Parts: sequence; C-alpha cells; structure tokens
Amino acid sequence: MTEPTHGLGGLKYDPTKKARPQEFNVFIAFVIIVVVFELLGRLIIGESFLFNTREGTEGLFNTQRLSIIILQVATVGIIALGVTQVIITGGIDLSSGSIVGATAMVAMSFAQTALVNGNPNPKAIFGEWAMDLPVLLPILIGLCVGMLAGLINGALIAYTKIPPFIATLGMMVSARGFARWWSTGNPISFPTESYNAIGTGMRPVIVFIALAVLFHLIMTYTRYGKHSYAIGSNEQATRMSGINVDRHKVLVYVIAGMLASIAAIVVSSKGQTAQANMGVMYELDAIAMAVIGGISLQGGRGSIVGTVIGALIFGVIISGFTFLKLDAYYQEMVKGVIIISAVVLDQWRQKGRARS
Amino acid sequence: MSDIILETRGLTKHYGGVHALDDANFTLRAGEHVAVVGDNGAGKSTFVRQITAVEQRTAGKVFFDGQDVSFAGPLQAREAGIETVFQTLALADDLDVPSNLFLGRELYKLRLGPFSILDRKTMRERTLEALKTTAVKIPNVDNPIRNMSGGQRQCVSIARTAAFASKLVIMDEPTAALGVQETAQVENIIRGLKERGVPLILVSHNLRQVFDLVDRIVVFRRGRIVASLRRDETDGNDIVSYITGVKGSEGAAA
Repeated sequence: MTEPTHGLGGLKYDPTKKARPQEFNVFIAFVIIVVVFELLGRLIIGESFLFNTREGTEGLFNTQRLSIIILQVATVGIIALGVTQVIITGGIDLSSGSIVGATAMVAMSFAQTALVNGNPNPKAIFGEWAMDLPVLLPILIGLCVGMLAGLINGALIAYTKIPPFIATLGMMVSARGFARWWSTGNPISFPTESYNAIGTGMRPVIVFIALAVLFHLIMTYTRYGKHSYAIGSNEQATRMSGINVDRHKVLVYVIAGMLASIAAIVVSSKGQTAQANMGVMYELDAIAMAVIGGISLQGGRGSIVGTVIGALIFGVIISGFTFLKLDAYYQEMVKGVIIISAVVLDQWRQKGRARS
Repeated sequence: MSDIILETRGLTKHYGGVHALDDANFTLRAGEHVAVVGDNGAGKSTFVRQITAVEQRTAGKVFFDGQDVSFAGPLQAREAGIETVFQTLALADDLDVPSNLFLGRELYKLRLGPFSILDRKTMRERTLEALKTTAVKIPNVDNPIRNMSGGQRQCVSIARTAAFASKLVIMDEPTAALGVQETAQVENIIRGLKERGVPLILVSHNLRQVFDLVDRIVVFRRGRIVASLRRDETDGNDIVSYITGVKGSEGAAA
C-alpha cells in the first residue's frame, strides 16, 4: 500500500497557496475608497483629499484632515471594539449608545468643579461633597455603570436565554431612560481640569489605539479570545467541550459595557458636558464599523484589526463627503448603502469559498 | 470481576409511550471492542445517549469503571473518561485543528484567569503528534475546519477523541458520511485504539466494517438486545437474521 501523499479523496494541497486573511481584503477596500476620494477631489473641486497642497505649510500629507478623520471615529471605534467581541460570540449589543448616555451623566456628576469663574457651579448635581473629586473617581464610577449594564445584559442572555437582540434592546431603552431621569433631562457641565484633559487633542485616538492593541492581543492569544470564537462558531460543541459558555458570555457583555463607558468618558470630557441623549445611534455606527471590517453576524468570524480598518473606512467616507462639499443627507444615505454592500460582498465571498 | 469497564443493568428509556430502549443488559471488558448493530430505530443511538448522559434514562443502572454512575450530562461523562464521537459533529468550524483538538483543555503559557495566555506552539506540536499516531492526514492544520471536507472534519473529530481517550471511546456511526479512503482512515484509528488497549463501543450499519474491527457484536432489535456474539462464532447472515428478527425474537442477555 502506498502512502497517501495528501489528502483525502485525492485532493491536492499546495502549501504555498495560503488563504489571504480577510483583513487584507478590507484593507484593500480602504485603500480603494481613499483613492476614489482623492480622484473625485481633484476632478470635482480641484483639491487633494490626502496630500498637503496648501502653500506655506509643511509636510507631505494633509495631517489636519487625517487627524480629524481618526479623531472622529475614535470614540465610536472604542465601542466598536466591544461590539466586535459580542458579535464574534454570536450576539449583538444594541445598548452601547444608551450606555454612553447613562455613563456620561453619572461620571460627569462626580467630575464637576465647585467654582466656575468664582461663582458656584450652576449645573451642580450633588452638594459640595461631590465637587473637585480626584479624576480617578468619576472614571471608576463611570466604568461601573457600563459594567453593571453589561452584567445585566450578559446575565439575561446567558441565564434566561433571552435573545441578545431583545435583551440589549431593552437595555437600550432603559439605560436611555436612566440617563434622562438622572438629572431630569438637564445637561451636566463644568468638569474639573483633569477630567477635561482626558478628551483633549489627540488623546481619544491614543485611548482608541491602545485599547485596540490590547484587545487584539487578548482576542488572538488568550483563552478569552479562543473561547469567544468557539462559542460563535458552535455554541453546542463549545458547551460539550466543558467550557462554561454562560459565564463567558456574561464576561463578554461586561467588557462591551465597559468599553462603551470608556467611550462615554472620552466623549463627555471632549465636549466638557454630559447630556442624556449623548451617544444616540452610536450602537449602530459601531455595528456598522464591525460589519464593514468583515465580521460575520452569525458569529465566529471577524477581528479587532478588521474593525479598526472598518472604523477608518467609516471615517474616510464621512470626511470624504464633507470634503466634497456634499450635503449631510447624502452621507447618511451612502452610509447605509456601504453597510449593505459590505455584507453582500462578504456573503459572495463565503459562497465562492464554499464552492471551491 | 474487575476487568469490566462498563456495565448496564436493565437500562430503559421511554419517550412517552415509545419504548426506545428496554431492559438492556450489556457489559464491556477492558480493551474490548464491541459493535452495536441493528436496524434504524432499533435503539442503538438511544442506548449510547443513555451511557453518555445526553439523555437521562427512565430506569436501570450504569456501572462505569466499577462505580454506579449517574452523570448529569455529557460533560460529566467526558470528565469521567468516556469520549464520544457524536453523529452530529461537535467541532467549532471557525477554529483551526489545534484549537478544536484542545477546545476546553487548552494549554497555557501563563495563567491569568479568563485571560490566560495560550501555548499555541505546544498545542500545535501535540496536534501534529496526535494526528500522526492516529494516522490522520490533514494538509494544513492551521486552516479553519470550515474549509475542510466532511471526511477531514470527521477525522479531526475522531482524532480528538482518540488523542484524549482514557477509559472508553464511543463512536456513533463515525463513517456514515465518508468516502472509501476516509473510511479506511477512521478504521485505522480504531485499530490504533485496539493496540493501545482502549475499549470501544462502535455503532455501525456497516457489517463488513464491524467484522473487520471488533471482538464482539451486539444486536439491537425493537429497543432490546437480542444477541451478543463473538465475531469468530458468527457470520454476516447470522447477524442479519438477528437484525431482521428471523432469529432471536425471544431476546437474549448480552
């Protein structure tokens, strides 16, 4: 009997032909979109999208535009990191935008200064005791809000078997209600210097990149990541392998809630105010970023890297439309088209792969 | 006797009024390979599901490794040392081969609770070893299982079972959907288990395979064990007449 070389059923295998990672395709899409805007810019308004064409300024690239693009997506990008993990396990999180609202309100109430221009803070929520606290306190309290909301989401989904869509939809409505109730709908303003400092300049981008790197490593190299993919792939098999699927799901939603809270702290610091309707629609933008980044809503597939590129594509499209001086109405319409195209493209690719 | 690995006494399962399994008395000795055969609906899979605790039995006792056991679920059965290849594949399609082999029993470089860092290199090496000892050929273990053929996936599933097999392996129609070459591979894995002295319960429709592989054949008919025959004391016709009910309608103890 001869040793079968490779394979089964006579299938040949060429080890040099390795499948390209999906992130590569997403990155190509990103490059194409940037090039399209560059060309359109030169053709329609005679300006460059990417490069520095102004007289008297230094540098090859239009760094101002590029930093605006990434700053614009950094906040929602932080949420998208959590949403990515949730979707990889086969779930969905609709509550992140409302968690942003709730966290911003609560965190900001503990971040207020006592005196504004020598007068008592006109937007004070609590008494003197909650004024001028060290910045760590509002941050920790804020994180607790998001983690608690995530804990409720996760526990509902894992232990009562409510579909994630419904559980987080409920949380979306309730957390928004909570945010409005917290200060009876009034904005909370005048935070301390140190709270303000969190969101200044490019710091939101640094936070976003740091968290993206951290969670990329976690999803790739740790048990948490491996089990997240396993659950999204085949929950029954994962359960049968002795993995505590329910506990894992709770952890995933807690982390997603925590990331939404970090986004809330950044965005409220950046705006120096907290409002009950902060973060409306953020959850959908975050899901869109993940979807553009090649995630599968069935779970099991997708990555942090993909979502980061998805976020960049998202940012380029928004800035690109402003750059081309097109109305915001077109932006929204095209955003929808792009989300759907991303999913359709992904499905075509899956089908192609299944046939080959 | 101490060399009995598994024994069932009066094992019974009713689904409402349907007596899927009635008073099954069965023993399996150390290192023994036993085939469970019978027509569709004869109670083979039901029998396996009671042992692996996928379902809870209506009545009867199961002794495993000398202990009167009553597993709460398949997980406990697995922890006790019963490895099962189910008819439906229990693999995570989006993970590669090492991740599937080690799913739920990962090796770590550094333990940090849920964020423990995986020892991917060692898991990959051990996977290659396991595939080698079980003679399973997978061209690229780093590909997700999704991209593999049904046969390759089944081989991964079986390699996983064989690699971690400790006390008892149960396979429920492992070659039902496989091609000729893939079936041969699975049969090689089974021979490997025999050499290693790991006992096996093999549910199969394939009599050629059964006669090739096992020491003893247990025939189910209408939820009852109707025959338990040593391979060298019977033949295909004999087995078929038990399966179809020409012989042994009075019932026999296994």
